[in-house]
Amino acid sequence: MNITDETIEYVAALAKLELSSEEKEKAKKDLGSILSYIDTMNELNTDNIEPMSHVFPIKNVFREDIVTNESNRDTLLSNAPKQKDGCFIVPKTIE
Amino acid sequence: MKSYEMVIGLEVHVELATETKIFCGCTTKFGGEPNTHCCPVCTGMPGTLPVLNKKVVEFAIATGLALNCKINQNCKFDRKNYFYPDLPKAYQVSQLYLPLCHHGGIEIQVNGAKKIIGIHEIHMEEDAGKLIHDSWEDCTLVDYNRCGVPLIEIVSEPDMRSAEEVIAYLDKLKLILQYLGVSDCKMQEGSLRADINLSVREAGAKEFGTRTEMKNMNSFKAIARAIEGERKRQIELLEEGKAVIQETRRWDDNKDTSFAMRSKEDAQDYRYFPEPDLVPIEISDEWIDEINNRQPELRDEKMLRYETEYDIPAYDAGIITSSKRMADIFEKTVAICKKPKEVSNWLMVETMRLLKESEMEPEDIGFSPNNLARLIGLVQDNKINRTVAKEVFEIIFKDNIEPEAYVKEHGLMMVNDEGELRSVVEKVIAANQTSVADYRGGKDKALGYLVGQTMKEMKGKADPGMVNRILKEILTKD
Repeated sequence: MNITDETIEYVAALAKLELSSEEKEKAKKDLGSILSYIDTMNELNTDNIEPMSHVFPIKNVFREDIVTNESNRDTLLSNAPKQKDGCFIVPKTIE
Repeated sequence: MKSYEMVIGLEVHVELATETKIFCGCTTKFGGEPNTHCCPVCTGMPGTLPVLNKKVVEFAIATGLALNCKINQNCKFDRKNYFYPDLPKAYQVSQLYLPLCHHGGIEIQVNGAKKIIGIHEIHMEEDAGKLIHDSWEDCTLVDYNRCGVPLIEIVSEPDMRSAEEVIAYLDKLKLILQYLGVSDCKMQEGSLRADINLSVREAGAKEFGTRTEMKNMNSFKAIARAIEGERKRQIELLEEGKAVIQETRRWDDNKDTSFAMRSKEDAQDYRYFPEPDLVPIEISDEWIDEINNRQPELRDEKMLRYETEYDIPAYDAGIITSSKRMADIFEKTVAICKKPKEVSNWLMVETMRLLKESEMEPEDIGFSPNNLARLIGLVQDNKINRTVAKEVFEIIFKDNIEPEAYVKEHGLMMVNDEGELRSVVEKVIAANQTSVADYRGGKDKALGYLVGQTMKEMKGKADPGMVNRILKEILTKD
C-alpha cells in the first residue's frame, strides 16, 4: 500500500515528530507494509467471530473504592525539569 | 425577519462522588494543595498501570438505569489521543466504540408541556488536571489533583428548542444525579459542566443548521445567557447572508459574549483505539438487577409519597424535593418531631428566605435536623413565640446552635406569668388612652396597636394570644 507524503506529514504532526526526508521515506515504507499486512487480514472471513478487544482472555478487573495513596509530591516532582509552588511548570499554553 | 428555531443538544460532564480516582487509589477530594492527591498512575509515569474503580461502573450503570438507558453489557475503554499538559499521559482514557449506556431519555416539563429529551449515550472517562497561568514567569503551572477523577459524560439528542427546555433538562438531570448520590453536582466546583451544541434553522426546515459548541458556563443563569447570545449571533450571521462556522466557542460571562476557541479546520484527530492497559468489562444481568434493586427513591416518587404519607400539599412537596439536601433534612426532622407541616413551613419560608439572602444553595444548608426539631418543640410547648422562634432560627441557620441553650442564655423564654403580663398591659393602656378610646368607639384596629405596644414592652417575649385576651378583658370590663 502506498502512503503519500501528506499522510506521513500529517501523522508526524499529530505525533509531534519532526522527520528528516530519509526518515520520512523509511516511515512511508514501514507504514505501507503494516497496512498491507492489515489488507491481508481483511481477506479473512470474520463473519460470526466475536471481535477481540484485548489480547488476554481476562474480564472485569476492578479495585474497591478505598483511598490507598498518600501525598508523595516531592517524589512526583523530582524528575520535573521545572517546578514552582508544588506545580509542574510547562511552556505557556494559550486557550 | 424570518422566523428561526434553535436546535440544542447537551454534553454534560459529571464528576462522580467516589472516594478515589477512576484508575488509582488517590482521593478525589476537591481542592487541596497542588499535586498532593496524586500518584505515579494519575501523573502518567511510565510503567504504571490503571486498575478500574468498581464504584465508577456501578454509579454509571445506576445513572443509565435512572435515565432509562440500555446498558452495554460488553463494554470497554478507548484511548483518545491529544497533546495538552492537562493530561500527562498525552491521552485520555474514555469510551468511544462501546459506551456503557445508550438510547435513553427523560421527561421534562416547560410551561405545562411535557416532552421527552433523548439520551444518546453515557460513557465513563477520566478528568484532566488544572492549568494555572503564571503571568509573573509567563509560563503555565500544572496541578494534577483533579486528573483521574472519574467522570461520566451524558450526551443528549439534539431535542431541545429553547433555553427554558435546556434549563428544565439540566434541573431534572441534576436532581436525578443528586438523588442517586452519584454526584454532588456543584457547578462552582466543576462537578457538573455542560457543553452546549447549538444551531439555528428557519422555522419548519428539515435540515439542521451548522452548529457551534459552547463551553465554560458555570451556572444555569450563564447557560441561559450563553444560549440567548449564541442564538442572536447565529441569526445575525444568517440574516447578513454569512455562514455559521462549525467551531468551539468559549463563553465569557463577564463580557456577556463568546469567543471562538478553535474551528473545524484545525479540529483534532484523536486517533481513538482500544485501551490495551484495561481489560474488557462484562456486566451480568444479575449485576444490573442488583444495582436496580438498590436504586434510591427518586424525586417524582418522593413527591407523591410526601403528599400521601405526610399529608402535605403538592406545592410544598415540590419545593422540598427540589433539592436532595432539603428532602433529607425534611425527612430526618419529621422523624424526630412528627410535625410534617411545621417542618415544611420552616423549610419553605424561613430557610428559602435565608438561603436567598445569603446567596447559598440548598446543598450548603448546615443546620442539623435535630436543632430544627427542637425549635419546633419549643414553639409547640409555648416556650417561645413565633417571632422569637424566627430570630432563633436565623442563628440555627447560621451556626447550628442548640435552641434551648440559646433561648435560656438570652432570656427569650415566653412570659406566661399572668400577673406580670397584666401589669404591663395596664401600663400600656394608661399610656395610650387615645387608642383605648378608639377601640371602645368601635375601631377594632386599635386593639392591634395595643397588642404591638405590649409586645414591644415585653421585648417580644409575651404570648400574643394571652396579651390579646388580657387586653380585651380589661378594655371591656372598665
